[in-house]
Formats: sequence, C-alpha cells, structure tokens
Amino acid sequence: MKQDIILSGVGGQGILSIATMIGEAATQAGLTLKQAEVHGMSQRGGDVQSNLRLSDGEIASDLITAGTADMILSLEPMEALRYLPYLNKDGWVITSSSPFKNIPNYPDDEALKADFRTLPHVVTVDVEAMAKEHSMPKCANVILLGAAARYLKILSVEQLRASIARVFGSKGEAVVEMNQRAFDLGYAASESK
Amino acid sequence: MEKKLLLGDEAIALGAIHAGIRGVYAYPGTPSTEITEYIQRHPLARERGLHSTWCANEKTAVEAALGVSYAGGRVIACMKHVGLNVAADAFVNSAITGVNGGMIVIVADDPSMHSSQNEQDSRFYGKFSLMPVLEPSTQQEAYDMMEYGFELSEREKLPVLMRIVMRLAHSRAAVEVKETAREVQALPCAKDPAGWVLLPANSRRKYAALVEQQPRLEELALHAPYTRYEPSAEVKPVGILACGIGYNYVKEVKEAAGKFNLLKVTQYPLPVELVRRLAAESREILVVEDGQPFAEEIIPGMLSADYPVKGRLTGDLPRTGELTPDSVATAMGFRPERYFDLPKEVVSRPPALCQGCGHRDVYTALNEVVKEYPEARVFADIGCYTLGALPPFRAIDTCLDMGASITMAKGAADAGVFPAIAVIGDSTFTHSGMTGLLDAVNDKAQITVVISDNLTTAMTGGQDSAGTNKFEAICLGLGVEPEHVRVVVPLPKNMEEITRILREEIEYKGVSVIIPRRECIQTLNRKLKQKKAEKKS
Repeated sequence: MKQDIILSGVGGQGILSIATMIGEAATQAGLTLKQAEVHGMSQRGGDVQSNLRLSDGEIASDLITAGTADMILSLEPMEALRYLPYLNKDGWVITSSSPFKNIPNYPDDEALKADFRTLPHVVTVDVEAMAKEHSMPKCANVILLGAAARYLKILSVEQLRASIARVFGSKGEAVVEMNQRAFDLGYAASESK
Repeated sequence: MEKKLLLGDEAIALGAIHAGIRGVYAYPGTPSTEITEYIQRHPLARERGLHSTWCANEKTAVEAALGVSYAGGRVIACMKHVGLNVAADAFVNSAITGVNGGMIVIVADDPSMHSSQNEQDSRFYGKFSLMPVLEPSTQQEAYDMMEYGFELSEREKLPVLMRIVMRLAHSRAAVEVKETAREVQALPCAKDPAGWVLLPANSRRKYAALVEQQPRLEELALHAPYTRYEPSAEVKPVGILACGIGYNYVKEVKEAAGKFNLLKVTQYPLPVELVRRLAAESREILVVEDGQPFAEEIIPGMLSADYPVKGRLTGDLPRTGELTPDSVATAMGFRPERYFDLPKEVVSRPPALCQGCGHRDVYTALNEVVKEYPEARVFADIGCYTLGALPPFRAIDTCLDMGASITMAKGAADAGVFPAIAVIGDSTFTHSGMTGLLDAVNDKAQITVVISDNLTTAMTGGQDSAGTNKFEAICLGLGVEPEHVRVVVPLPKNMEEITRILREEIEYKGVSVIIPRRECIQTLNRKLKQKKAEKKS
C-alpha cells in the first residue's frame, strides 16, 4: 500500500509542519517515507509544494509521477488546483477554502469554486475562519490535517492524533491539547462533506 | 545502527561527522546550505569543536579546507554549483597538489534553476580537474559515501568531488546511521614543498602523475560500492545508463521492471568496461542523468561510431531542466496518464520581498531618484534584493553573479553610462564585491554603490554575514573618501533623507557608497520569538 501526497500552499503558511506531523506518524508506524521539500527563493511568498510519499514497501523516486498522487493537501485553494495534473483518477483534494491574495491577478472566487465542483473527490474547509472562531490562530494547518485524516488510508486517525502529541510535546500540555482539539475540529468538519 | 529521518544535505553532514572530520568550510548557497547548518547544530560537532563558521566565499572555503587536509585532518568544503566557479582556481589546482588528510568538496547542483542563475553540471569540473567524482542516488548512499570518500581521498592522495542535485539535497528519507563516530582524523602534517609548491617544474611532474593515475581511478569506479549492472533476462533489450538520482526515476516505472539492462553509475571517471558491456548486451543506450548531458557526450567515444545513444541531446529527454519521473517514464516508453488538466484560472505566484523588509524602502527611494535620470542604470546582484526586478518595483537592470553589480556599474560608467548605480547586499559585498570596489576607487569611477545591509545572509535563511559591523571600515580601507561613505536607516519615515543623499552621491564625480542598514525582518522576528520563549521558560 502506498500514499502519495502533494502538500501545497504559499511560502510561510506552514505546509512543512503538516509534513512533519504526517512524517512522524508514518515513521512510528514503520512505514517508508520520502519527502521532497522546497527551500530558498520560493519561500518568500511564492507558491510552495512538498511531495510526501508513504509506503509499506520501498520508494524509488523522491518526486511523485503525474497522474498518480492519492491526495492534494493544500492550505490555499488556487494552490490546490495547481497540482491537479498530478492527481490520480480516484484521488482526493483536501483544501483550505481561504484564498491568499498576494498577487494582483488572483482569480475570481466563483471561478475557483466552479473548478472544485468538477472534481469527484474534494473537501474544502475554511480552516482560517475555524481557527479564528475557536481562538487558535496558529492551528489552521492542524485543522486541515484533521480534515484529511479520514482519507489518509495508510495511517489511522489515532496514529495521526498521537503524532500531534509527540510533535508538540516539548511545548507543553496546553499546546498539545489545543492542537488535538484543532485536529478533531477538522476531522468533524470533513464528515459532512 | 540507528534510523534517522534526514535531508540529503543532513545525511552528508552526519556522514562527515561520523567519518572524523576536523571541520566544514562553506559559504551558504541553496541547495547546499543545510550541510553546514546541521554540523553547526550537532552536539558531537560542538563537543569536538569542529570548525563550522561561515567563510567569506567558496574560494576561501576550499583553500582553508585544503589547509586542514595539509595539516592532516579530514575536511569537507560545501557550496552550490555556481560557488564552484568562484572556488575553481583552488579546486582545480588542489588535484595537482593532492591532499594529505581526506578532503571532499561537496557541490549541490540546481537543475531547473529553482534558486540559481544557471544549471551547470559540476561533473564537468571533476573531469576537467581529473578528480574522482561521487554521485549518490539516495540519502543513505550520501551518508555511506562520506566514509568511503575519505578513504578514497586518503588512499589516492586526491581531493574527491561529491556532486548532488537539489532533489537529493532537499528530500528527506530514513537513513541507517552508525551510533558511534570515528575519532577525529589526525595524520601527521604534510612536509613536502616539492609536492605542494606549484612552480612549473613541480606542477609538470605532478600533473603527469595525475594523468597516469586516471586508469586506476576508472578501475575504482568499476568497483564502486553503489555502481552496479542489473541485466535483463530479455535478449538485446534497450540499455539504460542511469547516473545518481536518475536511477530512482527509472526504478519508479514499475511496469518496466526487468525489461531493460540497467547500469547504475555513482562514481566517475565513468567505468568504461561496464559501459561497453551494457552496449554489447543492449540494442541501444538511453542515458538518464540529472543536469547536463555529461555521460551522454562521453560514452559514444567508448563505443563503435554508429552505436545508438539517446538522451537529452537526442530529445528523448528534455535538453534543459531537472529530470522528473514523468520525463524518464516517457523516454522509456511508458508515458504516465493524466486525469485532470491544469485549470486556466491558475496563475503564477512569484516570490516577493517580505512586508517590512528594508530592501523595499531602498528600492522605493531609488525608484524616486532614478525617475529624474532617464539614462540611469541600476546594476544589481545576487540575494533577496534581486526580487527588486519584479513588480511593483522593477527597479534593477542587471544581475549576473556574486559581486558583478559594482564591476558592471564601473565598466558601464567607464563607457559613459550616467548615473551608474550598483545595488549589492552585505554578504555578497564581502563575498565578491570588495575587490571590484578597489578597482573603482583606483580608477575614480563615477559610480554610486548601495550596500543594502540587513546584517545577515538572508536569501539562504539568515546565516551570519562576514562583514557585519565592518562595512564603513572596509570601504574607507579600500580608499572610498570618508565624506562619501553614507549610512542611512531604510524606513519610510526617512525617505526624504535617503533620496537627498542618493541625489548628492549620484552627482559626486567619484566612487560613493551608501549603506542603508536595518536588520532582516525574518531574522529579527526569529530573535524576538526566541526571546519570548526564553522569558516563558
């Protein structure tokens, strides 16, 4: 079994911390993992992506082949669409619905929504609004991870939840609790879709 | 053995520490920076007092590294591919002097130019210098090749070039690592002026010996630990010669398993005997290599004139850009199917200078003044401030290499351009700008140099900058007149002062230096966060 995930967003949004949490869970579960990251110039507010590959067997390439990704997990809606050519025909798109508009020609909201409607498997969650509503401004990425948990077949929800405790463990119990609550909120939000 | 999740860069760093290095010498450059940063943070490296502070540039790094080797220590020098151009004089000649303690020069190439100005392939430098070259395909191989590389270097008395590409440098995987490190290597210091003084008489002798050593290096490549030939059971199939991470993309095509003769190459000079065997047992050869067509250009010389060799030169793989699993699968006849198109709404999102960055205020001021001089040209340099080329600023006219802002401005001024303005960052100035400034001072060139000082090497993530607190003294020492070294604080509230000083110095008929100085917003925020965290605990 394998799970190829494209993580995407805008430089500075924190896609690598999502990768860290999934990676930690995968390592604990004894899975093989490869994760290609983007460092350098593009981190300055440009589009960023990371290829995260999990498998119970060997993984050859650090990069995901077009048409084979099982999931696009994105902190920004337009950035989710950018990687559609990589998605396999049964793949899932899990994305934040809050646009990050730092360019003058950002597409029309309705046009983006129309694009999402053409996809067979998509979950959009307004993680920014949820984070604000629950007074956890730094937890948008964990909410998104919670929303993805149901569809990340290779890892159980419990395994992911436990990895949050380990990743945030050094920051104290309150931080762990808040992030697990964020994870649960995301998980619940993905149910109704 | 213990398993660790490591970037390719980190695997190299840990491999070097475990192989008993005395230190690392480097200048930051994507995608190589994390090698040195890992060593800077590593507890054992700290305990052992291994050298890991940043060097002024790649040339000083390679020279200092060779000094460590001379003294009997093991050492690495790290840089990005274009950094090797800066270090080339030292690098190429180090193959003639040879080494004492093991020395590995690690160069990270950036095919597709994710963060670079070109996609030159460092393997050409290895061949040019007649040096052994290692090219790992995985993070594990990168780790293992450090000990192997040092042994190779010490046995052959030659520096070794390790060439990696961005995808290996910046990709994470589990690596099995040793639990104990070798003692820090301490061979007796070299003492052989005839071997180390490159006077023509010595060089001729040493160069002839280096040429004579080549067949042996080729033999070593044949038995390199990760180089291997995987023959297919089929009769005369297509053969694939895969270098470094190219091998991974070939293996990724599951439908093709066993259908090709596959030769994996991880060490150069190319193992001729294996290449000839691959050719004899295959009907044609497809060369899969990341970067430029290096092996593809060489192997026809090993084979009969009409033997078909395919790759980047024949268009079977794209001539430019990094390899991808898609392009390799397609070249092997297994084009991947795509199910969803890129929606037409998706537009590009280029990187930009951070909000609150001092470079922004520098460009705002510069644009206002430059408007008054329709013939003005702004010669810029390598760093975050190169982003001043993009909207909304569109403030710069050139960017060539590290340091070229000052020297191109000087040449243009010599040829009559006025105003000729150079924009250079603090770290780039000490890397390669200082010598050019001396040229300008000696010729009393009419140029205005802006050293936009944010107290760090920001583009690569905020490393220490060699000239911090020394810029006025450096400029004065090089002969810039004291009244034409001006320091300003780039903030919107100081706009009037900055533009006035720019106008005054543009009109001065000689070299003037303006230093807008304000800390990088990224490193400042990081420090504030750290302080806050310290207060809490």
